[in-house]
Order: sequence, then C-alpha cells, then structure tokens
Amino acid sequence: MKHLSFVSAAALALVANTAFAETEITWWHAMGGKLGDTVNQIAADFNASQDEYTITPVFKGSYEETLTAGIAAFRAGEQPNIMQVFDAGAATVIGAKGATVPVQDLLEANGVEFDINDYISGVRYFYADADGKMIGMPFNSSSPIMYFNVDALAAAGVEAPKTWEEFETVTAPALVAAGYIPLAESHSPWIFVENFMSRHNLPFATNDNGYTSVDTQILVNSDELKMHWTNVKEWLDEGYFGWYGASWDDNQAPFEECKVALWMGSSGSFGGLMQKDLPFEFSATYLPYWESITTEPTQTFIGGASLFAMAGQSDEENAATAAFFDYLTSPEVQYMWHRETGYVPITTAAYEMAKADGHYDRFPAAEVGIQQLSLASGENTKGYRMGFYVQIRDVMNREFGRILTGETSVDDAFATIESEANELLSRFAMTQG
Amino acid sequence: MKRAGFSTRWLPILLLLPQLSIILIFFYWPAAHAVKSSFYLQDPFGFGETFVGMKNYTSLLNSSAYLRSAQFTVVFTLLVTILSLSLALLLAVKADKVIKGAKAYRTLLMWVYAVAPPVAGVIGLVLFDQTWGPLKDFFGLFGWDFRLGVNYFDTAFAMVVVSVWKQLPVNFIFFLSGLQSIPKSVREAALIDNRSASGRFWDVTFPLLAPTAFFLLIINITYALFDTFGIIDTVVKGEPSNNPMTLVYRVYVDGFRGNDLGGSSAQSVVLMVLVLALTVFQFRMVERRIHYT
Repeated sequence: MKHLSFVSAAALALVANTAFAETEITWWHAMGGKLGDTVNQIAADFNASQDEYTITPVFKGSYEETLTAGIAAFRAGEQPNIMQVFDAGAATVIGAKGATVPVQDLLEANGVEFDINDYISGVRYFYADADGKMIGMPFNSSSPIMYFNVDALAAAGVEAPKTWEEFETVTAPALVAAGYIPLAESHSPWIFVENFMSRHNLPFATNDNGYTSVDTQILVNSDELKMHWTNVKEWLDEGYFGWYGASWDDNQAPFEECKVALWMGSSGSFGGLMQKDLPFEFSATYLPYWESITTEPTQTFIGGASLFAMAGQSDEENAATAAFFDYLTSPEVQYMWHRETGYVPITTAAYEMAKADGHYDRFPAAEVGIQQLSLASGENTKGYRMGFYVQIRDVMNREFGRILTGETSVDDAFATIESEANELLSRFAMTQG
Repeated sequence: MKRAGFSTRWLPILLLLPQLSIILIFFYWPAAHAVKSSFYLQDPFGFGETFVGMKNYTSLLNSSAYLRSAQFTVVFTLLVTILSLSLALLLAVKADKVIKGAKAYRTLLMWVYAVAPPVAGVIGLVLFDQTWGPLKDFFGLFGWDFRLGVNYFDTAFAMVVVSVWKQLPVNFIFFLSGLQSIPKSVREAALIDNRSASGRFWDVTFPLLAPTAFFLLIINITYALFDTFGIIDTVVKGEPSNNPMTLVYRVYVDGFRGNDLGGSSAQSVVLMVLVLALTVFQFRMVERRIHYT
C-alpha cells in the first residue's frame, strides 16, 4: 500500500512537472456533438505530437454564445488564446482592431511559413482585411450545397436540377407526381440571399461588399432577389417547396424522413448524414442558379467559422498558438477533419491528399462543397463584411417567415429588410467611432 | 410601555449593511451602468464608442418589430396571468372540497412546480412538434393545421399554454392554503345566510382570498414578463425569426446574440421603467381595495 502511494505521488509529481514546463493555451469553440469529439481528437493529437505546448479546447455553446463569452472574457482580461467566430460575427471581431492578432502576422512572427495562395480560392479572403491580409484562420469552412435523395429522383425519372428554371418546369412537377415535396432548405439568409448573391456574382453591399469601409449599405432590395423570392412563395403554394420554420433541424428532418427529395444544407452536414445511416441513397450537387440572371454561375461563399488569435497574450503563448495553427493546417489534419465532418479542406495540399486517397471515389458528395468553392470567381464572390450581421440575419429570417406565411408581400418584405439592415449598419458604424 | 429598540445608532446600520451592499452591487450599480450605456453605441470589445444621446430610444420607438414585441408582451402577460390565476383558483376551490384521496390529488396538481422553465419548454416542444407532436395530431382532428415555429399564432398559442401550465401549481398552492385559512365558523355562518354555493363564493370566500390573489397577481405578472424566458427560448429554438417574442427575450436577442450593447441597454431601461410604473400602479390602485384581516 505504501509502495503504491509512493508510485502515485511520483506520477503526480511527474505530471505536475511536465504541465509546468509546457506552455498551456486554451481554445474556445462552438462545435458540439460529433464535431466536438473531432475537435477534442485534434487537440489530443496535437498535444501528443510534441511536448512544448498543451492546448485545451473548451466548448462554449452556440456560435453566438461563444462570441459573447469571448467578448465578455476579453473585457475582463481573461480571454482564451484562440476563439472560434462564425461568418456573421466576422465584422464584429475584425472591426475591433486590437482584440485579435491577425493570423498572418502571428504565423510570420513565429517563423511559420505562410502563403495565402496555399488556401483554396473560395476560402482565402472571407476572413481577410481589405488588403487581403488573413485575419482569422478559416477552420470549419463549409458552403451550402444541394443534397438529393437518389431513390426519389430515380422514381420521378429526373436528375438533380442545375438551374432554377429546370427545377420549376421539370424536376419539381415530376417529384410531386412521384409523391415527394421537391425542395426544402435549412437557412434562408445564408442560402437564399448571401450565396444567391455570390452564385450569380451580384453585389451584396456597397464598399466592395463592405470590405473597404463601415459606412456600408446593403443591396438586397434588388429585382433578382425579389424575383427569386416571388418564385419561392409560389413554389410553396404549389407544393414545390416545403418550409418548416427557421430552425435548421426542422427543415432537415423531412429530407431524412424521405418526404423531401432535395434539401439544401451545409457541406458540413455530410458527416452527420452519413452517421445517421439513412434508409435511402443520397448524394449532392451545386446550388442551382437562374439562367435568366446569368449563364456563367460563380462560386459560393464559405460559411462556418474561423479561428482568431486573441490579443493580450504572452509571446510564449502566441508561439504555441502559431504552432497549433501550423499543425491544424497541415494536410494530414485537414484531411482528417474533412473526412470526419464534411467541412472542406482549406488548403490545396489537403484537397490533393483527399483526392489521392480516393476519398471522393468512395463519397462523391464529399467533394461537392470544395468544387463549388473552386468554381470561377467574380468581383462579388470573396465574401461580405457587415456589422450587426446577426441581427440583419434575424430581420431577414423574420421577413421571410412573414412572406411564406402570407403576412406580407415580397416587395414590402425586401423594403423592410433594406431599411432595417441599413439602420443596423449605420448603428454599427457608430460603434466603431 | 417600554419601547423596543437598539441602544446604539450603528448596530442597525451594521446589520443592514450586507443587504444594502448586495442591492447596491447587484442592482443599482448594473442599473446605473445600463442607463449610461443606453446613451452610447459601443464596440462590444470596448475599443470605440459614440455618444448618441436619445438615438437608441428613438430607434426603438420607430422600430415596428419592437412595437410588435411590445404588443405581444402585453397580450401574452394578460393571457398568462388571467388564465393561470383563474384556472388555479378553480382547481383550488375544487380540491378544497375533496375529502377522499385529497393528498394524492393535491400532490398531482403541485408537482409541475418542480419543473424548470427550459424543461417545460422542451416538454412543450415534444407535445406541439410540427411533425410528430401528439397535440398537433389532436388539433388536426378539428381541421387546425397546427405548425409550431412556422405560424406566428400557433407558436404564440404554444407559448401561452406551456407558460400557464408551468405557473398553475404555484398559484394552486397559494390559493389552496388561502382557502384553508378561512375560519370554519365564517363558512358555516355563510352557509346559513346563503344557500347558493356560487353566491357564497363571491360574497364571502373571494373577498377573504383577496390578499392572496393580489400577491399572486404581482407574482404572475412578473413571471409572465421575465421568468418565461426559458420557455420562449426553448420554443423558438434560438431562432426568433417570425415567431413572437417578449420584450425580455428581445433584450437577450439584441444584446447577447447580436452584441448591440447600446440598443439592448435602452431596451432594458424601458423595461425597468415599465416595471416601476406597474408596481406603483398595483400598490396605489389595487391594494387599496384589499382588506387584510
């Protein structure tokens, strides 16, 4: 007994000793469920791969909760080393210069080789500043894609539609005849506004989509968007489109239950769908586009979130953060993350590795997101930067809900979105003063 | 007669100090801070800010969405308060008359009290779910295509039902104990004077219950305004969208989700003033009509 306690005391001393020698950093993230398991795996692998640094991932709830927790912690001087911030929060965190260390500076200062051209083109500039310097490290990058029930399309004798015209005239009527609700989607502002803009290379906001200045005006009250939403409402009335509220899962469920044949979700939904062992074969393809708007559709924006190195940390801890980012962007780790979750690999090297490994021969749907992000780019496709964007999305969701339940007209709804969003943008501009 | 009191002036102050400092630190200080930030628009990280005067307040008044929430809050509070008070009173009056199995009956009515608001919200979600909820199927029998989270009215309906259900036990317990504290002699005297049960209730029992009812009225209004937050958050699944929202939930949505510190501070100041006005009204207007025995 005495012997045993001596051994455990020695072991404890050893643990304490190594913990003392290693630089410890923390990483606040919003990845729950299976995604969280994969995050923990990456952290554990990093800790095992070397003995200078220890990273501790902490799950802080939803994207919004993580950002708010990070802000509160920063104001109290207790910020983590790494914070995950989602696309809609990008303007807030990037606008607060001094809250974060630009990831490009951090890597270069710590001797990590950095070339923005190593990153795939759709990912490169979303979290960059107007000069193209990368501020946040893209981490879980996704893009909306269209999943389809292969059996349902076969039963209806149609293919997944490439254009909305094809959907309206060919795909939807055939699917209705085969007993399906043709279409659903899980995030209207993201899929039917933001990526609608980038897919058709339409300007989303003034000032180069908001990148060059904060006195930005949103450009949603456009003929193209109103035309699209007029059609969406008609599709809903004709039974071509199903809408189950603003909750992501409520719109995904009917697809999993074989009621809806085409579902637009995130490329990052792939891992979850695979895990569910659905009773039908599914695959995915690009978001459709309107031939009446463009004949040369472009790439989509990345969604998901990126990792920011918080300011106010010691040089040793920043070195640890840089080392972790270096590890995280290595092709092996990126490929593992991509394979487990369905989020896109952010570097070309990781994409090549996934290809060489035959991942896409086994799961063709896993490649759709990255292919769509690598389509031709345009002047409006690198992303957008708007403050109080969480509220702007709330306004859109509210007005879209009102359009779809018949409480308002498309024209009124878009006029409201435009005026409320511009009010929010001008308020945000004042917070930066 | 000897007057009871403290021998020194400092002892009572010393004894009050812990309570006062708690109020000061946890109420007055944050409240003053909220008033101050309501005049600014501030970068959430604290780097930049602009003094905007009353702009945060005027933009609230000009926002149709905010006014819609205010309107919903009034209707919601009235419905939840009236329904949960009247149903609880009915149940308490009936439970008071039960002789056999009274304990089991009362326990059954009380145990919902132990359910936390978010859990009540989840139970509501399960019952009202738009694809497999049993209540949705039940409404379907009457031709009501109930869709939680899609239709404004349906979501509001579910919020009211869950909130009332959650609050019933508290009201029930208070009403029941109120009823049982009415002296038997009073009831027997009433029985001789008036043979109609409902007449006896309104002429004798209800006035004697009034202090309890007044206390519950305040508790219920506060509950409907503030404590239903957990239920609402669960029912809208974190996506307010076109669902109804109470003013308190909106403070959270704009402040905590959206990081608009100035705007949400202005909203909380408005709420503070409302609650203050409501409290003054209740004590000035309603309490005067109540006779404590």
